Amino acid sequence: MPEAGTYTLRLFTHPRSSVYALSAANLKKTYGNKVEALKGISLDVAEGDFFALLGPNGAGKSTLIGIASSLVRPSAGDVLIFGKSVVHERMAAVSQIGLVPQEFNFNQFEKPFEILVNQAGYYGVPREIARRRAEQYLNQLSLWEKKDVASRTLSGGMKRRLMIARAMMHEPRLLILDEPTAGVDIEIRRSMWTYLTEINRAGTTVILTTHYLEEAENLCRNIAIIDKGTIIENTGMKVLLSKLDKEHFIFDLSRPIQALPDVGGYRVQRIDDVTIEVEVPRGTELNALFGSLSAAGIGVRSMRNKTNRLEELFMNLLDDAKARSIA
Amino acid sequence: MSAGFVAFQTIVIKEINRILRIWGQTLVPPAITMTLYFLIFGQLVGSRIGEMGGHRYMDFIVPGLVMMSVIQNAYANVVSSFFGSKFGRYVEELLVSPTPNWIILAGYVGGGVVRGMLVGGIVLIVSLLFTDLSIAHPWIMLLSVFLAAVLFSLAGFVNAVYAKKFDDISIVPTFILTPLTYLGGVFYSVSLLPEFWKNVSLANPILYTVNAFRFGVLGETDVNLGLAFAIMIGATIVLFVFCLRLLQKGVGLRS
Repeated sequence: MPEAGTYTLRLFTHPRSSVYALSAANLKKTYGNKVEALKGISLDVAEGDFFALLGPNGAGKSTLIGIASSLVRPSAGDVLIFGKSVVHERMAAVSQIGLVPQEFNFNQFEKPFEILVNQAGYYGVPREIARRRAEQYLNQLSLWEKKDVASRTLSGGMKRRLMIARAMMHEPRLLILDEPTAGVDIEIRRSMWTYLTEINRAGTTVILTTHYLEEAENLCRNIAIIDKGTIIENTGMKVLLSKLDKEHFIFDLSRPIQALPDVGGYRVQRIDDVTIEVEVPRGTELNALFGSLSAAGIGVRSMRNKTNRLEELFMNLLDDAKARSIA
Repeated sequence: MSAGFVAFQTIVIKEINRILRIWGQTLVPPAITMTLYFLIFGQLVGSRIGEMGGHRYMDFIVPGLVMMSVIQNAYANVVSSFFGSKFGRYVEELLVSPTPNWIILAGYVGGGVVRGMLVGGIVLIVSLLFTDLSIAHPWIMLLSVFLAAVLFSLAGFVNAVYAKKFDDISIVPTFILTPLTYLGGVFYSVSLLPEFWKNVSLANPILYTVNAFRFGVLGETDVNLGLAFAIMIGATIVLFVFCLRLLQKGVGLRS
């Protein structure tokens, strides 16, 4: 048996089709308490995509995922999963989805191995095959050593990985993850990113909601932003990021500075004695900036692009949406 | 092997594992409680009562106590397991899968039947410490105990679907199931009752399950055997259809 974490990734591949992995049309949901969670959302996710679904808390992301996975019934509209209606062809539609929900929803008294084998059984996978797959996915997600412990004793990160393994047991064509890395340390988060990227490369379409915008920026090719039950942006990640009219760079200085320097009209923010952040209009050549820094007697040891570009856009879009709704 | 059968098998195996994992809660208590019933009512009190329905009192109460155990445990298994899965949200594992509703229902009922029959068997074995039993009609005995287990598993499922908190799964067993069981001819023959109370007792479905089982064991019954089976089968069909409707509507499960 290979050691946890050293298992060779063996992935199934899905043949591509011409239909959308997920297609929502005029999707509405009003709950019994009159809360209008979705106000007519239309959204297409192409097969093979790595798609980010962003939005503030209560925006309607989980309702959309709930409808796609048949846990929530739409008030109007429909969701097609690879062309199969969740409303009218539920079994054919949901059998193609693997769901990793936001909250832990497995029996905490059962063992990880048992949870995986049972989950495969619900999808009609015979027990012998299910046992082999459970071993494979527990190894891939570094959980094999924990296969026989009560799952309540697993750490938060392990529980998240267990839910990913569970969602993969019937080898779905579409994997939907609702904040899969919430509360997970950076090392585990990065290993989960690697895993998700690998399964996406092998053909599984991935839809991800997250609050870590860096995660969406690094992983996803396309993005939709939901706010108050409507989609306020739906485009490619690169297209969205290109809308940024300013960029921010972080400079690590060779000597400490006491006061904020005047750097030729650039907006400068002092982070600490040896670090400054400089705002630069997009497309500007940086030579002039370096000249200004030298003239101000500031030596630069290293520089990097600030990573939360998407966060900035996200906040701008939400502000725009808010301004429009007030107007 | 069809996907539906694999799903059914999975739910039943999961339920059996649960019954065995918490055997101290599922299998031991009925054995202890029934031993006390046999000791106190059968041996101590029963020796002064004499005969009931033409049989020693101990022999008379054995079928009733076995059936009581089957009913209570089949009900308890489904209500606690299904409500637990709702409460812990792991029922979602099933709800997001392509498992048809009738298989989900059949799987949980299967778990209830296994626990009911298992406990019934344990109580029957315990009874052999106090009396020598000979089974008059084995197939009728098995059929009646199976039908009763299915019927009360379905009733437990209805309770679990509507329950919102743990209190809700103990109200029905405490205030409805237990009184109906005690008044369902477990400890006495309804022929002893005045006409009015005898007629009232005939509205109690448990009376028919107990008497059908007693006929299987002792060859004696207070009610018409055909009517008893017709009621059990009819009630099972009605409850099964009702449970399916609840699942299709997603009552307490899908928003």
